[in-house]
Amino acid sequence: MSMQSDLELVSLTKRYGDALAVDAISHHFKAGVYACLLGPSGCGKSSTLRMIAGHESVSDGSIVLGGRDVSHLPPAKRGTAMMFQSYALFPHLSVRDNVAFSLRMAGVDKATRLKRADEMLALVEMQKYADRKPDQLSGGQQQRVALARALITRPQVLLLDEPLSALDPFLRIRMRSELKKLQRELGISFIHVTHGQDEALALADEIIVMNNAVIEQSGPAREVFNAPRTAFVARFMGGHNVLDLPQGKFALRSDEMVVTPAAAGKIDGRVSGIEYQGTHVALTATVAGEQDVTALIPEAQFFETPRDLGEVIGLGWDERAAHPLAS
Amino acid sequence: MSRQLVAWIQAAPMAVVMLAFLVAPIAMIVIVSFWGATEYSIYPAFQFDNYQFLFGSPVTYTVFLNTFKYAAITWAFTLVIGFTVAYFLAFEVRSLKWQIGLFLVCTIPFWTSNIIRMISWIPFLGRNGLANSTLISWGVIDEPLEWLLFSDFSVILAFVHLYTLFMVVPIFNSMMRIDRALIEAAYDNGASAWQTLWHVIVPLCKPGIMIGTIFVTTLVMGDFITVRFMSGSQRANVGRLISNDIGLLQYPSASATAVVLLCTVLIVIALLLRLVDIRKEL
Repeated sequence: MSMQSDLELVSLTKRYGDALAVDAISHHFKAGVYACLLGPSGCGKSSTLRMIAGHESVSDGSIVLGGRDVSHLPPAKRGTAMMFQSYALFPHLSVRDNVAFSLRMAGVDKATRLKRADEMLALVEMQKYADRKPDQLSGGQQQRVALARALITRPQVLLLDEPLSALDPFLRIRMRSELKKLQRELGISFIHVTHGQDEALALADEIIVMNNAVIEQSGPAREVFNAPRTAFVARFMGGHNVLDLPQGKFALRSDEMVVTPAAAGKIDGRVSGIEYQGTHVALTATVAGEQDVTALIPEAQFFETPRDLGEVIGLGWDERAAHPLAS
Repeated sequence: MSRQLVAWIQAAPMAVVMLAFLVAPIAMIVIVSFWGATEYSIYPAFQFDNYQFLFGSPVTYTVFLNTFKYAAITWAFTLVIGFTVAYFLAFEVRSLKWQIGLFLVCTIPFWTSNIIRMISWIPFLGRNGLANSTLISWGVIDEPLEWLLFSDFSVILAFVHLYTLFMVVPIFNSMMRIDRALIEAAYDNGASAWQTLWHVIVPLCKPGIMIGTIFVTTLVMGDFITVRFMSGSQRANVGRLISNDIGLLQYPSASATAVVLLCTVLIVIALLLRLVDIRKEL
């Protein structure tokens, strides 16, 4: 089973006229993985997802799901299901009928499809609301219904297009843990498009960072965060300083920076900003070449030896914390 | 000045207009419908003679039935044509510029008056008109078709021609409000194009269809000039009944017929509104 539902993109390309939205990307998604496509808007992540879903035609390359080329199949024949950004629930149908919609289209008899719909609603804990219309639900509840509707077709891969962006921050964090839990229970692959690195880190087994229509870096969440390969990834993942030193470009995690007295560290800098963040203090210093470097210091440690704006300090780090960057 | 007084003053101009031009004339019609008439005069009274005569005459029922027939057939044609045109404009035409452009093309016939548009059918449909002579020259028919003009066919043709746009506009409006992601979601759930049309687009267009239906049925039921011109005065509907009475200066009788027609149309609209809630569309 597991081998059968691997998803593979083979130099997948999307062109809109002359513009290249996705440039020959290749990637292998293992079955049962929670993968996040991460990148700024316009990087091609949504086009990639929509091509996998079948809502966007493939210009070149192919999509292989479970050993079967699905590049030119209609969405419902691919074994994928999509959850839309705005949820796209049918406003004229009740929650139960929304969930049962695909079974109705497939000609499943009423008793069976309503029973299945109720099972799916139980899975997302929405049985109580089965008779309501979508506009009588909150954003979080609508999302659960959208999930149930996508899952009723028993897809091998669930595609989520910025599923949390319509929610308020508090709900976003709750729904994100529920998504993860659901994915673990169902054991199917989730491919989740987002532009929030915190969301990707929290959810993903595997992060695929995209920029300018190509994959910049992919790998387990921890690897992508700890060892960014390019300056773009380091900056986009956040929590990193990109330092241009004589010996090359490096990514350095802000919380790995050590503040020392002037000349005692590896480089010197002048403090240009101090921001209290509760558990930490973010201290920004300008170093040679007008580069800003941020050091994240535990709060207690900062107030033992407080620094002032304009003060010259030394910055040091452990050699193994400095990751050389490709560009 | 108290706030309440200000509110009343603000509402007053519209209220005066409505009173003067809507409520007063209707009240007048209702009052006159109870008056009496002789061959040469009408006199104020409160009697039910006009209604008695109206409901007692078999002609009334035939004419009302005919009016309903025109309304129903016209409705069916305008709905099918209007929905198709609106669908094309809303879903097939991708760019807003073309949508607006084609929409304006739809309104071109409205640059001339109803009557001129109606009359222009006559030379086309007549016994020796364009339609007949073309069909004869193609060998489709041997002699001119008599039913093309001055028949139910020509009346309904003119109605459909005149009123289809009243169906297109509200349905187009409803369609433009449909989130395109819903169409994709239906497709994602395995719906075919027809299933998407029937299970998603049509239900979401119901308010627009209903508004168009109200426009078309009220326009057709209240019409008299189209029926007169296009049937060559050989067919009747309620509007013509009223216009004939007015021609004979039988105002009380005309008023009674008008009151009955008004009530009938209101009942039809009330029934339609019970089917679909159009409030969210307004």
